[in-house]
Amino acid sequence: MTIRNIETPFRPALGWLVYDTLAVARRHVLKITRVPESLFFALIQPVMFVLLFAFVFGGAIDLGAANRAQAYREYLIPGIFAQTVMFAVASITVGITEDANRGVMDRFRSLPMRPGAVLGGHTLASLFQNALVIIILSITGLLVGWRIRGSIVDAALGYLLLALFAYAMTWIGAWIGPHMPNPEVAGTAGLAWIFPLTFASNVFTPISTMPSWLQPLALWNPVSCLALACRKLFGNPIPFQGNSFPEQHAVPMAFGYAFLLLAIFAPLAVRAFKTRNVGGQKA
Amino acid sequence: MPLAIEVSGLEKNFGEVQALRGIDFNVEQGTVVGLLGPNGSGKTTTVRILATLLKSDAGVARVGGFDVGTQSDQVRKVIGLTGQYAAVDEYLTGRENLQLFGQLFHLSKKQASERADELLDRFDLADAADRGIKGYSGGMRRRLDLAASLIGNPSVLFLDEPTTGLDPRSRLGMWSVIESLVAQGTTVLLTTQYLEEADQLASRSVVLDHGAVIAQGTSDELKSQVGGDRVEVVVETPAQLDQAKLALAGIASGPINLVIDEHKVVVPTSGGSRAVVEAVRLLDEAQITIADIALRRPTLDDVFLSLTGRSAQELSETSAPSSKRSRRGARA
Repeated sequence: MTIRNIETPFRPALGWLVYDTLAVARRHVLKITRVPESLFFALIQPVMFVLLFAFVFGGAIDLGAANRAQAYREYLIPGIFAQTVMFAVASITVGITEDANRGVMDRFRSLPMRPGAVLGGHTLASLFQNALVIIILSITGLLVGWRIRGSIVDAALGYLLLALFAYAMTWIGAWIGPHMPNPEVAGTAGLAWIFPLTFASNVFTPISTMPSWLQPLALWNPVSCLALACRKLFGNPIPFQGNSFPEQHAVPMAFGYAFLLLAIFAPLAVRAFKTRNVGGQKA
Repeated sequence: MPLAIEVSGLEKNFGEVQALRGIDFNVEQGTVVGLLGPNGSGKTTTVRILATLLKSDAGVARVGGFDVGTQSDQVRKVIGLTGQYAAVDEYLTGRENLQLFGQLFHLSKKQASERADELLDRFDLADAADRGIKGYSGGMRRRLDLAASLIGNPSVLFLDEPTTGLDPRSRLGMWSVIESLVAQGTTVLLTTQYLEEADQLASRSVVLDHGAVIAQGTSDELKSQVGGDRVEVVVETPAQLDQAKLALAGIASGPINLVIDEHKVVVPTSGGSRAVVEAVRLLDEAQITIADIALRRPTLDDVFLSLTGRSAQELSETSAPSSKRSRRGARA
């Protein structure tokens, strides 16, 4: 083996971006198949929420409908969809921090690959995982009594919205990752702020039952917009609907939030990846 | 010879900390240069700048003729990097790791897979190729890591402490791999805390301390800065030390040092092995019993000690084996 130039094939820059992105995505999908436990626990959490709220808390929440339990379950499932999509943020932070600490990020950055592909591939694989989660969740929902009562086009739009939102959330995770000192902190940091955000929303309870100071926050909360948009698109009950702007325009608001988050955090994440001296603080 | 690496006036600050204070050195094509220095001296920062992972604040660095600041894409086409950790994916197999990095080097899928096979063979990993990295030993991981850094057949290879944490056998294996790469024309910049490693592999060394180059040259040049050979004589009783010092004055090329608690006389000399014969004769004439006598050449450890001026304790935390401490004490 002597030094010889390996002729690399010619591709335009965009072609390389796709090639690199798919190579990185394949790595992460392989990882999911090698550690099925991680997928299992990613699936189990939203399913637990469905079961807990459907059978434990649900009975205490009165939406004013005749069949209280059934009405709540139909209200609940789109909310859980929205909550689950928010948790997509955590599906990526730990992996990115691990890569940074192990020097894998350094290796990527020393290769002639397109820098956007490292995160592009990782977020793509994460989208695949989150899509699986949404499918399993839909099946669980159907089993406890949730139904899609709107048109097929609306339902497809609903799933598209969920996928888009999940994708935007993974980019937030991709931005958080390089700033975290180690995977343990990354695991907590990815999740800690999601809990208040999902509970101070219409995911589990109608906003009208909350104290008045919290109501505007909950109304404009992206999670509320997403959950409400899903309820509209899947034709599920929307009790105590008000006339506020976010309630009247939930679907465009939710799409708008998703695009806004993507537009802010994707460039920030790529910039953090390129410039942060992760794993190399030692001089 | 053309230069593979040119570094001039390189500076880097991390906030208040001046990690590099303007360093200069060159590496000729096809040679190994060791970058030596204690922890925090700026070795890793230098490598990270040269490998395009970090931007310098001032100065110019060129690798393979390309500016690392403005032509990072071209630089990445000609370099390989092996860091302090085995930077491979734990959950993938050895083959999958190499294929991934090959594709990201912009080889076609077919090229990447051929290259992966070739490297797995070469690094004695063919049998483990389809097993997950999780089951690899430390030495296997490092070999795979080195293989990954060679995926694009780099002409310049950065090895940042490539044998830290390896057992002696794996270290020897790594050395022979590095030697064969250099024999084929690869240029290597090696950082290490094991001075023996630099002595073994590097034709030249650059010694860094507090972000500045404090010495550079071949091992012999560096050693001659510290001084030449020494005859070390151990006598039976401390009482004989002064007598011995007197007797050996004739062969000394500089001041003679005594290490009282080891009953040792250290005589700098330029006479080589003849000085030992002469010392034996002189001591015999003076009727002094010799417990032990040896001719010692300076090691890179001695160079390091004398150049960085670290206390024995500080050094023991970085690189100096404990046996070197007493000699340091003798000179101090």
